[in-house]
Amino acid sequence: MVWQVLEGLSRDSAKRLRFVPGVVYVDEGAACGQSWEDRAKTLTDVRQILQTLGFPWHIVTLEEVFALPPSVLRCSAQDPVGTVETYKVAVDSFLQQQRTLAAEGVRGSPSSAQGEEQPSQPCTQDPQDPVGPPPAAQTEALSQLFDSVKTLTAKEELLQTLRTHLILHVARTHGYSKVMTGDSCTRLAIKLMTSLALGRGAFLAWDTGFSDERHGDVVVVRPMREHTLKEVAFYNRLFAVPSVFTPAIDTKASEKASIHRLMEGFLLRLQAQFPSTVSTVYRTSEKLVKAPRDGCAAGPRCLLCMCSLDVDSADSATAFGAQTQDFSQTPAPTPRAEAGAPAGPCCAAGPGGAPNCWQGTRPCGREGSRAHVIEQLCYACRVNMKDVPCLEPLPPYILAEAQLRSQRPSVEIQEYLVNSDDEAPASGSGALGPPEQEGKEARAACGCINKNFFN
Amino acid sequence: MPAPQCSSCHAARAALRRPRSGQALCGPCFCTAFEAEVLHTVLAGRLLPPGAVVAVGASGGKDSTVLAHVLRELAPRLGVSLRLVAVDEGIGGYRDAALAAVRRQAARWDLPLTVVAYADLFGGWTMDAVARSTAGTGRSRACCTFCGVLRRRALEEGARLVGATHIVTGHNADDMAETVLMNFLRGDAGRLARGGGLGSRGEGGALPRCRPLQLASQKEVVLYAHFRRLDYFSEECVYAPEAFRGHARDLLKLLEAARPSAALDLVHSAERLALAPAARPPPPGACSRCGALASRALCQVCALLDGLQRGRPRLAIGKGRGGRDEEGPPGPPPPPPSDLRSGPGPAAGECGAACKERCE
Repeated sequence: MVWQVLEGLSRDSAKRLRFVPGVVYVDEGAACGQSWEDRAKTLTDVRQILQTLGFPWHIVTLEEVFALPPSVLRCSAQDPVGTVETYKVAVDSFLQQQRTLAAEGVRGSPSSAQGEEQPSQPCTQDPQDPVGPPPAAQTEALSQLFDSVKTLTAKEELLQTLRTHLILHVARTHGYSKVMTGDSCTRLAIKLMTSLALGRGAFLAWDTGFSDERHGDVVVVRPMREHTLKEVAFYNRLFAVPSVFTPAIDTKASEKASIHRLMEGFLLRLQAQFPSTVSTVYRTSEKLVKAPRDGCAAGPRCLLCMCSLDVDSADSATAFGAQTQDFSQTPAPTPRAEAGAPAGPCCAAGPGGAPNCWQGTRPCGREGSRAHVIEQLCYACRVNMKDVPCLEPLPPYILAEAQLRSQRPSVEIQEYLVNSDDEAPASGSGALGPPEQEGKEARAACGCINKNFFN
Repeated sequence: MPAPQCSSCHAARAALRRPRSGQALCGPCFCTAFEAEVLHTVLAGRLLPPGAVVAVGASGGKDSTVLAHVLRELAPRLGVSLRLVAVDEGIGGYRDAALAAVRRQAARWDLPLTVVAYADLFGGWTMDAVARSTAGTGRSRACCTFCGVLRRRALEEGARLVGATHIVTGHNADDMAETVLMNFLRGDAGRLARGGGLGSRGEGGALPRCRPLQLASQKEVVLYAHFRRLDYFSEECVYAPEAFRGHARDLLKLLEAARPSAALDLVHSAERLALAPAARPPPPGACSRCGALASRALCQVCALLDGLQRGRPRLAIGKGRGGRDEEGPPGPPPPPPSDLRSGPGPAAGECGAACKERCE
């Protein structure tokens, strides 16, 4: 993709792109367990390639997530209309220009070259490049974080989240308004199915659509989404595009280790048998819209993925899942619940939910703060967090933002809360009538402590 | 290592761990919990109002056996009465054995049983005949498509015969998850839009259908059948290996190994899909031949049978054609075929390129 952008900007091209891009490379070696020597070697190769491009480039290490401010998680105001127009023109010409693909590293490193674009004045920054290894404490903290996650699926999801936040931060600091990623058609089809399996059905349009505006001022676009991986490979070979292989977090993992690997293997195998599979799945993604489910107003956003929360009591599968999941968490808090019975329901009942819990009765301790963060997440992020036993190793900006949001007045969420006496009508919930008093009582009777939805 | 205590009654020794939550339970407590969850599903979605006459689609397999058993236990509390309806698709070597199991169950539980056969309802076409007709393209047979559509119609007819007001089927969470995967892989936006939710309310005169076991995982269904010592028929259909669903099923098994809540997550995703209005199916009208609910001029049953009669079984399979262009004069279905009618090769090219994605 970077190569394509390069060509698009060159003076010889028929329709010139009108933006000034920068390139960012995220070094994830610490998360993958690489030593600093290996990483330095990879960085040298990457630096060589980046220097030939002539664009301003930034190399950041994943450890820098520990230095991010909580504002990364906030959705800022959108761009003024003028820049959007320029962007559209630029993208149109860019898309019409190219036929095949670009300097993405070989499949191992999806983050190796992601371009950013800035439609306004050209940037004159020097390449930003850490010369030495990042602080050992941060590397240590990062390895600790990733080691504490139990499953590879959750690790990959966490890595993606952190990477996105980091790139966003870089974009915001340097004044970029768009981020282009090199996801190809095949990758997006795999991502679509993976997101489906992870419970992100509500957000598929954002995750795999052309543009992703949930972060507000920075828009993530995917200009390569029409090209298959095969085309990419051919292009790279025919045009001798230099690329660097970096091991990713799932390199050499067995096929059954994570949902991402499973889906990838499955889709590619099925594609061999039914050649239209990838394009069919991709076309389905085009039929998705970004609307929230009918009747749901724009509510609070997920802490990690910044999509509108999709958890509410109207949903049968979520409610059921929460019910059975509470059983698995009963052993740990049971003694606590017996000791301080108000501590349990205080998290659940009451209009304020968590805010009351913080201010009111005796502190719930770590369980409470975890429940706190969990209830600000969407369904899929919650399921991922189940594999993260302890929230302490998470970068401080996440925990700080969670704390901040929980202390906001509950007025914001008051209208979405359903008290056990009220009969709040469910919003457009589908087939068989509004839910259910008995459902709520049944759940309350289960003595659920970690009530995950706004009840 | 001694087995842990049952975490519900704390009295007996645990006999199993629930697949999703890992909770250790003894047999009776698990069965109670399972029944409680089904009850919750039914009550929460208001699926079966009191006084309903419920037709249970019984195939003799584990899902419908468990469903019938649980509903029979819950019937007094729900205030509904049950009837068993079994469908005979005419698959030799499979369906007869399954029907024997259903008959045994009906006798044991003292529930009225009605058997409806494809041969009677659909002009003499049995699944074996359909399979013979659709075979021979070199691609896999589409007989599973026929079976699914025709079976739903047959269930509906059977339910009407016994005077039922609701139809229940034994689809479990794994089935729902497989359906979601399958529809996505085939790009079936119409079905994706229609799916989700706890059942259909039954528009246009069709009986309301629901799936009380929808949120129970398949493993739990099997465990329940084991602990209640239910007698069911456990072989798979003769044509099952050729179905596309097999791929989705394999994938789901792998996903569940990687993450136990995969089926629920898929169902959650499906419920939350936001499809573009253009991709949604058109509001249903009535079939011009039989008057049933249809989104095109002919309902799928009529269209499929039409294709079979003409010797072009793939006529109604695939996007956008559905026999619409080729309606013959409506009339009573022709007499059953007496010999093998293999006809000209099924419409691999006739339906056009659009079919390639669906017919495999």
